[in-house]
Amino acid sequence: MSEDRPTDDGPVPAGATPVNRSAVAPMEIRGVSKVFTRRGRGREKLVAVDDVSFTIPPGAAIGLVGASGSGKSTLAGMITGSLRPTSGSIRFGDIEVGGLRGSGLRDFHSRVQMVFQDPYGALNPLHTVEYTVVRPLQNFLRLSATEARDRAHEILQTVGLTPTDQYAAKLPHQLSGGQRQRVVIARALACDPELIVADEPVSMLDVSLRAGVLRLLTDLREQRGLSLLYITHDLLSARVATDEILVLNKGRVVERGVTKDVLQHPTDSYTVQLLDAIATPAR
Amino acid sequence: MALLQATDVNVTYQPGRGAGVWAVRDVSFSLEEGEFVGLVGESGCGKSTLGYALTRMLQPPARLDKGVIDFAGVDLSSLDGEQLRHQRREGIALVLQSGMNALNPVRSVGQHFRDILRAHARDGEDTSPAHAHDRGAEMLASVDLEPSVLGSYPHELSGGMRQRVSIALALSLDPRLIVFDEPTTALDVIVQGAVMQTIKTLQRERGFTAILISHDLGVVLDATDRVMVMYAGRIVEDQPSAEMLSGQHHPYTEALLGCYADPRADEIELGGIPGSPPDLSLPQAGCSFSPRCPLAVEVCRDVDPPLMPLGAGRAACHVRAGQVTEQRDDAHV
Repeated sequence: MSEDRPTDDGPVPAGATPVNRSAVAPMEIRGVSKVFTRRGRGREKLVAVDDVSFTIPPGAAIGLVGASGSGKSTLAGMITGSLRPTSGSIRFGDIEVGGLRGSGLRDFHSRVQMVFQDPYGALNPLHTVEYTVVRPLQNFLRLSATEARDRAHEILQTVGLTPTDQYAAKLPHQLSGGQRQRVVIARALACDPELIVADEPVSMLDVSLRAGVLRLLTDLREQRGLSLLYITHDLLSARVATDEILVLNKGRVVERGVTKDVLQHPTDSYTVQLLDAIATPAR
Repeated sequence: MALLQATDVNVTYQPGRGAGVWAVRDVSFSLEEGEFVGLVGESGCGKSTLGYALTRMLQPPARLDKGVIDFAGVDLSSLDGEQLRHQRREGIALVLQSGMNALNPVRSVGQHFRDILRAHARDGEDTSPAHAHDRGAEMLASVDLEPSVLGSYPHELSGGMRQRVSIALALSLDPRLIVFDEPTTALDVIVQGAVMQTIKTLQRERGFTAILISHDLGVVLDATDRVMVMYAGRIVEDQPSAEMLSGQHHPYTEALLGCYADPRADEIELGGIPGSPPDLSLPQAGCSFSPRCPLAVEVCRDVDPPLMPLGAGRAACHVRAGQVTEQRDDAHV
């Protein structure tokens, strides 16, 4: 399974197109459901995700849109292997994600990385920027200290934290929200993943910083050929960052299609409700 | 007469060691009774600090250095202790960003109402639990919650419900001025829309004066009568909300507006604002926005522009005030 790992031949310069991207595996989600059972009397069942199917082809950007409680993050948890589906299958290339454990799961995490919503909570406040980015390089790619350091600086360059020497020694509290989110993205990129699952990566950032982070995600996708699963309730950022979207409501996909078409001609009442809820200064 | 008149308000953060930060600089404005005003800007521009200064809620190391805050004829900046408490009782409430953190996790919603009514009771006022229950139920109804919520603890409520509870608590003493500090930021779009709708309706029906602090210009323009844009501790623009989408504005306001687009549009160009706000621990020379401003000319880097009339309101910009010709125009002619 590890033969098609793109980085087995050694570290690749981060700025250039790094690898032969025919190696990116598709993520196939087939009939996936997740049922949580409440503890205590009654053992009430909560269907968080209900029979969802879709595929993330290599290099694609898929948006997963819905309000809180629609099942977006539960689905993301199953796709990244931290939750097991109650039924259905999630296949990444020839791996069954739901069956992974131990070293298999660890290997999978070097190919699928997450970017979380809160850049304040996702970074260890005691670790410098360099240490944060170096760790996955040493853990997943087994690079030596100097190799890892050089590679980390290349990645910081890629995400626009330049001059890298200036940022490398900083601690999270010395950075702005946008810069912190760039560090989180740099860490996700460090082991050269094939798929990035970004869960609301810009919702906690100032509007003035959002465009920059979204552009960075798009550029990375174009340069490195990786796939993106973009989870959000913000339809504007979904429009900017994705090619296709799926709208989730109460765990079910209620609408799907090319992002622009869905937003311009929504057919589901829930999508219309999401669109109407946006306070956009009309120009 | 204005309900609130702020004159030359200055707030600094003076930590035990290291440089102080001049977070709010020479802010003056007035608020009419019943007006709904928005305060917008990026993180760190001083909008929350100003909100806290106006309600005298600043905690050390923040300090109200200078300035007069005239609330209904009383200068709040000179009050302390019991007098200040009395003034707050007479009319000021604050609704904080995350309702979940503003509520006490080990007290039920009903107990919150009891606490507030008892703490601020006037002489001879009924502070019995039965009265608090009735008042609580009435207040909850005004924010579209069932009376049964009185028996709930904060963890049993959703984020939107908790935020509604904080609004109901703020309303319970019939304040004349309510400061909403990012009331919907932590909520998802649909819930945010619903909570903002409740705030707008309450403000219209009850007629209290309100300040809405938010980084989201879209939300602010939708709800308020008037918007004040802050940058680097100063008000750089002050306009009626209805005028914000037409005419000329401060370049910072224009840049903020450029960060929004309609997701349904055929082509989307989403702007950002390159660079970051200035470090307020350093002395500011000239207009603070000039390093990021596409219109900046020589004078912008040397002289800090005062708020001058622009359109239907005021803006602090040399170029827009017409003192200097716009370079962009020259280039196109």
